[in-house]
Amino acid sequence: MVEQFAALIIVAPLIASLIVPLIGWRQKRLCYPWVVAVLVVPFICSLGVLNTVLTTGKFSYRLGGWAPPWGIEYAIDHLNAFVLVIVTFISLIIAVYSKKSVEKELAEEKIAPFYTLFLLLVTGLLGIVITGDVFNLFVFLEISSLSCYALIAIGEEGAPTAAFNYVILGTIAACFYLLGVGYLYIATGSLNMADLANILPSMYHSKVILVAFAFFTVSLAIKGGLFPLHTWLPDAYYTAPSVVSALIASLMTKVSAYVMIRVMFTVFQPHFSVDIVPVLPILGWMAVFAILFGGIKALAQTDLKRMLVYIVVAEVGYIIIGVSVANRMGLTGAILHIMNDAVMVACLFLIVGAIFYKTGTRDINKLHYLNKKMPFTMAAFTITALSMVGIPPACGFFSKWYLILGTIEAGQWVYAAALLCSSLINAVLFFRVIECAYLKPLNPVNAHTGETHMIQRDEAPLTMLAPIVIMAALVILLGMFSGNIISSIIQFAVPASF
Amino acid sequence: MDVVYSSRPLWAVLVSMIAAFLILATGEKNRNIRESWTIIAAFVKFFIVASMVPLILQGKVIEYTIITFYPGLLLQFRIDAFGMLFGLIASSLWIATSFYSIGYVRGLKEHAQTRYFFAFAMCLTSTIGIAFSANLLTFLIFYEMLTIATYPLVIHSESPEAVKGGRKYLTYTLTAGCVLLFATGMIYYMTGTLDFKAGGFLAGSGSSSVLIMLFAMFIFGFGVKAGIMPMHEWLPTAMVAPTPVSALLHAVAVVKAGVFGCLRVILYIFGPNLLHNLGIWLIMAYIVSFTVIVAGFLALGQDHLKRRLAFSTVNNLAMIILGAILLTKSSMTGAIIHMANHAFMKITLFFCAGALHVKAHKDYVSQLDGIGRQMPMTMGAFAIAAIGLSGIPPMNGFISKWFLCMGALEANQIIFLFVFFTSAMLDVAFLFPVIYNSFFKKPLDDVTPHFDEAPMLMVIPLTITALLSVVFGIAPDAFVHFFSITTIAVQNIMGVG
Repeated sequence: MVEQFAALIIVAPLIASLIVPLIGWRQKRLCYPWVVAVLVVPFICSLGVLNTVLTTGKFSYRLGGWAPPWGIEYAIDHLNAFVLVIVTFISLIIAVYSKKSVEKELAEEKIAPFYTLFLLLVTGLLGIVITGDVFNLFVFLEISSLSCYALIAIGEEGAPTAAFNYVILGTIAACFYLLGVGYLYIATGSLNMADLANILPSMYHSKVILVAFAFFTVSLAIKGGLFPLHTWLPDAYYTAPSVVSALIASLMTKVSAYVMIRVMFTVFQPHFSVDIVPVLPILGWMAVFAILFGGIKALAQTDLKRMLVYIVVAEVGYIIIGVSVANRMGLTGAILHIMNDAVMVACLFLIVGAIFYKTGTRDINKLHYLNKKMPFTMAAFTITALSMVGIPPACGFFSKWYLILGTIEAGQWVYAAALLCSSLINAVLFFRVIECAYLKPLNPVNAHTGETHMIQRDEAPLTMLAPIVIMAALVILLGMFSGNIISSIIQFAVPASF
Repeated sequence: MDVVYSSRPLWAVLVSMIAAFLILATGEKNRNIRESWTIIAAFVKFFIVASMVPLILQGKVIEYTIITFYPGLLLQFRIDAFGMLFGLIASSLWIATSFYSIGYVRGLKEHAQTRYFFAFAMCLTSTIGIAFSANLLTFLIFYEMLTIATYPLVIHSESPEAVKGGRKYLTYTLTAGCVLLFATGMIYYMTGTLDFKAGGFLAGSGSSSVLIMLFAMFIFGFGVKAGIMPMHEWLPTAMVAPTPVSALLHAVAVVKAGVFGCLRVILYIFGPNLLHNLGIWLIMAYIVSFTVIVAGFLALGQDHLKRRLAFSTVNNLAMIILGAILLTKSSMTGAIIHMANHAFMKITLFFCAGALHVKAHKDYVSQLDGIGRQMPMTMGAFAIAAIGLSGIPPMNGFISKWFLCMGALEANQIIFLFVFFTSAMLDVAFLFPVIYNSFFKKPLDDVTPHFDEAPMLMVIPLTITALLSVVFGIAPDAFVHFFSITTIAVQNIMGVG
């Protein structure tokens, strides 16, 4: 029964996405309830899958009943069951949020195509996470990328250019990935991850395998937006519609990071990735620069959304540092941060969307009296901001803590310094926004006219506010229960050899 | 050591957090109900804390584990004698400050009062959390929470000056927090545990250069909040906060949390033996002695009363740390008891400064001529606390000075005896002119002063804290057994060492 759940996670949104245009053709306003209703299915299924993995350990689903390594296999262990829950949950929350924001930001005739692509994107992300087949992963990678290009392109001014940049780099990444898969297939004759993991160790010093690994790494670094291959990311994420930004900023980079962990430590053995190829120090240093570059660029922005976009660049660095130190603590931190960062970034982008919906601006200097206008939204913002800075008991503190333990264990002082530096930069970034939103304007010229008591409460509509509040509550709850999450899920997700 | 498992520590921490959210939910419209949450929480908190004193006096520790994050990483409370002392100070003085705050913000018709009381309650939650922490991780979690919870109070007036003060405060404390996080990670990596242990647990876990570096990081990290020079800069700047905030947070809770952290590091992580062997205790003692003396001189130059008191705070905090780092039985006793004694005296002084601000709108020492005849109770309390701070019997300041000086002799370091003496002289030099001006000089504007005190909600708390300073000077073990608790704490540390 639960095996069918695994299939349903992919099939439900995929089929549903094809039905959206039909619904949109008859009744445009039914698209939204349909998408929300459909996305509940994978969420419940992924919870079922996670529960099964927790009670009985990993299992696999054979698509069409074909036995691996010939057939496609959905291999589910602790790691991807965990990521599945994150992806399904966040896409569901964002779907709930989407209604008003989409109505405001997009022309009416674009709503049905938008929701079609939205579901396809989610399908692609879920497929990447669930599959146990490297070629099948490529297929889903393309599904998600193509729908993502289109979703970005329907955004505001400049979106088509940004999307086109992304298409070029994204296609290069996809090609590299496919080349990597091709090399592996030539060398081993297999596409199944588990099968590859068995065959590969005997060929670890083969040039073909090394090149394949290099292709994978570069491809995933591009897809994940790791500095200096991030150049497509800021514009693409900035110009996309609010809902799309929230979805891709929180999930795309995290899913790429997941694939990186999968390729490095499942398809290839940790022994290979750590000892044979000198890739981890390179990734680590790239991550250090990503953190510093992202932080400094974010400091230079006066537009809230653009600031967040650069923070995403920095946050990718966090996860990669956890991967590159290659020890139990570091990887625990990386996997924990995949969850924490997805929740925090989604929450922040949703908040920016809500602010934009209500005030029509994203300029940090024009946010005065926002705590009076939108008290709940700003409270959520403050909580999430503190979490990004790494203040306990919010969840950001705990991933930072494990990442730092990882860097200490590996003796990588520069990585540790970068992580600590980043929390200070985040403090400056977010307190700047908090000061503007909460305090009396220092310079009355910029201020809105009228006294404080004239300002009426004007919160975002409930469909937007509820997701924001839920995410902000999660930021705290995930922090409080991070111990349980680690002991019941993440410690099994980390490769046993660490 | 007997361990008692009880959820009382958790409730002691949570009660003010619950109150904080009730305050937020009640809001500005029902201000009497809102204030009643503060008062109820303050009393409940104190009684929960005080109810655990008998157990501590029997030499037991009280433990409660909230969550296990990872093997060796727990969110856990364990109340030993030292933690109990800090918890008692903070929770008892919160009662006085609550009443005083209400008088203060209503007297000045302050804006954003809900935010003020909310942040105040959150601060107390964090402070008690710090006091009861069983290990460094728990400590760090509450320490960072305290940093953030204090921020809205520092910037309360929202003036450019306050915002600047707030930024400075955050820069100093968050940087320190990062250093602490790293140092804590190092200790966990080296030993696999973070539990405080009387007498220290680090001995033999690393080379001496690593240990010295760690010690420096910890002292830097905690020293920022404790105002050790040159990291004290934020403290006088943060005096733009409303006076009750300066009183409780910048004289008792926040800075004492820094001192408490320093003492935890010195006595419970490194331990006297290790510090002796590493030989850094003497260097550290010179550094804090420098702070003691220089802060005293700087206080002399301040005309703004609150800033003067701020430097006096820096001076006294350094004295506490100096007592601990001398590593003798008497000096430790003096240091720990001075945490309590200084708290009662300094909060009185700040309360008086606030009362002057509310009633007479006077903030500068030079404006205070003859004010003693108008506000005799306020200035009387000020005089008592000032005399106590200078270490003159029968005030409680004498008790701590006595033990500190004994400690300097026990450590065979006469020079520190002179440090303590000089500090006492400086206390007299910068506090007594205030008393003299206010009682013996004629008012500037030549109007015959008549009795016109600040609101009773302010005068009564400050009178009580002043009287308590005298009571604890005559009977140091009165009411909540500060002295016995201190003795137990010192015995635990020395017993191991």
